Amino acid sequence: MKYLGPLNKENPILVQTLGVCSALAVTAQLKPAVVMMLSVTVVCACANFIISLIRNTIPPRIRIIVQLLIAAALVILVDQVLQAFFYDISKMLSVFVGLIITNCILMGRLEAFALSHPPIPSFFDGIFNGLGYGLVLVVVAVFRELLGSGSLWNYPVIPESVYQAGYMNNGLMILPPMALIMIGGLIWIQKSKS
Amino acid sequence: MRLKFLDKLSQTLEKKTEKGQPLHRFWALWDAIDTFAFTPKEVTTKGSHIRDTVDMKRVMITVIIALFPALLFGIWNIGYQHFLSIQTSVSFWGALWYGFLKWLPLVIVVYVSGLLVEIIFAQIRGHQVAEGFFVTGFILPLILPPDIPLWIVAIATMFAVLFGKEVFGGTGYNFLNPALIARAFIFFAYPSVISGDKVWIAEKADAFSGATPLSDIANNHLSALPSTMDMLVGTISGSIGETSKIAILLGAAVLLFTQVANWKIMLSVVAGGFLSALTFNILGGTPMAEVPAYQQLLMGGFLFGAVFMATDPVTAAHTQWGKVIYGFLIGVFAILIRDYNKGYPEGMMLAILLMNIFAPLIDYCVVQVNIKRRMKRVKIVK
Repeated sequence: MKYLGPLNKENPILVQTLGVCSALAVTAQLKPAVVMMLSVTVVCACANFIISLIRNTIPPRIRIIVQLLIAAALVILVDQVLQAFFYDISKMLSVFVGLIITNCILMGRLEAFALSHPPIPSFFDGIFNGLGYGLVLVVVAVFRELLGSGSLWNYPVIPESVYQAGYMNNGLMILPPMALIMIGGLIWIQKSKS
Repeated sequence: MRLKFLDKLSQTLEKKTEKGQPLHRFWALWDAIDTFAFTPKEVTTKGSHIRDTVDMKRVMITVIIALFPALLFGIWNIGYQHFLSIQTSVSFWGALWYGFLKWLPLVIVVYVSGLLVEIIFAQIRGHQVAEGFFVTGFILPLILPPDIPLWIVAIATMFAVLFGKEVFGGTGYNFLNPALIARAFIFFAYPSVISGDKVWIAEKADAFSGATPLSDIANNHLSALPSTMDMLVGTISGSIGETSKIAILLGAAVLLFTQVANWKIMLSVVAGGFLSALTFNILGGTPMAEVPAYQQLLMGGFLFGAVFMATDPVTAAHTQWGKVIYGFLIGVFAILIRDYNKGYPEGMMLAILLMNIFAPLIDYCVVQVNIKRRMKRVKIVK
């Protein structure tokens, strides 16, 4: 499949180093990371689809504003849905759902792909870029939540007996610098593989 | 000689680990052991430029010798503080033995976990295991409290070697001091084992106050402060190697006499700390800022950091004026953090790490200023 690139060799975070800011902010726990992945995937896919539909009618000089407008409308939709049905997660993600609009992955795909490709391929391109971004988010979040809070998806997974034996949660994992180090480590692995 | 067989063994192994031979994958491991045990055979073939017989091993050994007074006193002090807290009298050797049993596991864990990472990387990259870790592994136990859980030490050491050194290319390429990275890792990841007043005395009795002078002041217990003499000699609680200022000054004398460490850095750290402490004495504001400047220098890890960690030639600034600025700012920031940030009673670790990051920038500025100055001279001559 030609669309699978973002999951591996063209990963938005690891190879293109886009969207790192939100990856640092939402990966302290698994739940917000998964929700963020879904939000970005939905926005990216839909925005790609819509822009691609009207790509021949957008005057090139104002294309950025049109892209921003459509992306912003979609982001507001996603934000409202989250606030209505998943209020606690929406609280946890705070401004970072709103900031999807400034996510370089989104704007990058609109500029680089949707403006020059038909709607259906654009739609899939958006989905897989969102998933490629989310894949890194989920991997980082699993390690950070497991080692930093001893839980996964808010359920404690490290048994009490381990704590009795002297084990302690790693407080550094909760702090943003550790997300940066972990993404750095993933980039390192990715680079040494290829 | 009876030891001929060792030499033969070394030669056989050398052949077996050459390129293309079956054991080549273990070359780095063999090379590390071999160069440690024997004098390397390689001789310079082209014109040599020897100015001094010193090499990296000699430098590292000198630092370790310089650390010995602080180490021996620290080991004795672990025992002394422990028996003091449980109200039992103990002989000199009893205290020393108790402290030795506390220190030995620490140093073994540090070396094993650190060298494990080093050897794995040397294997993968096909370079030699460098001597740099000997000093790092020796310093690290000295800046930890005696009762720290060993698994935490192992994780911190691996983290420091991996992300402090190996990702940047190994010994000589690290821009941060690896021992301090390990300590900072523990400080941020497991704060309860390395701060507060519970951890500084091994197996402390609950009734006994184990607060270091720094935490006493931070908590406004000024009456609990030890005398200046006690702080100078070192019979106070704290990290293993940092308590005795006399032992540290002995080490400083060794380092300065052999010119392994740079006197400009040491002096400017102390000057920076002293001057800023004097300034904060006038400004006041927190209990820590009221403490006389000369006592500030005797507290916590200030002197240990100034002598053994700020002077690390890899992570310090390299230009002459750069060294002065670098050292001075370490002193200033250490006292600034100590006096005005209640969250971090000891600022030395963070100050050195911060200035490690800025050292290349300081060097760059010094070089640029020098270039500008000399360019001006050129114009005048025209």
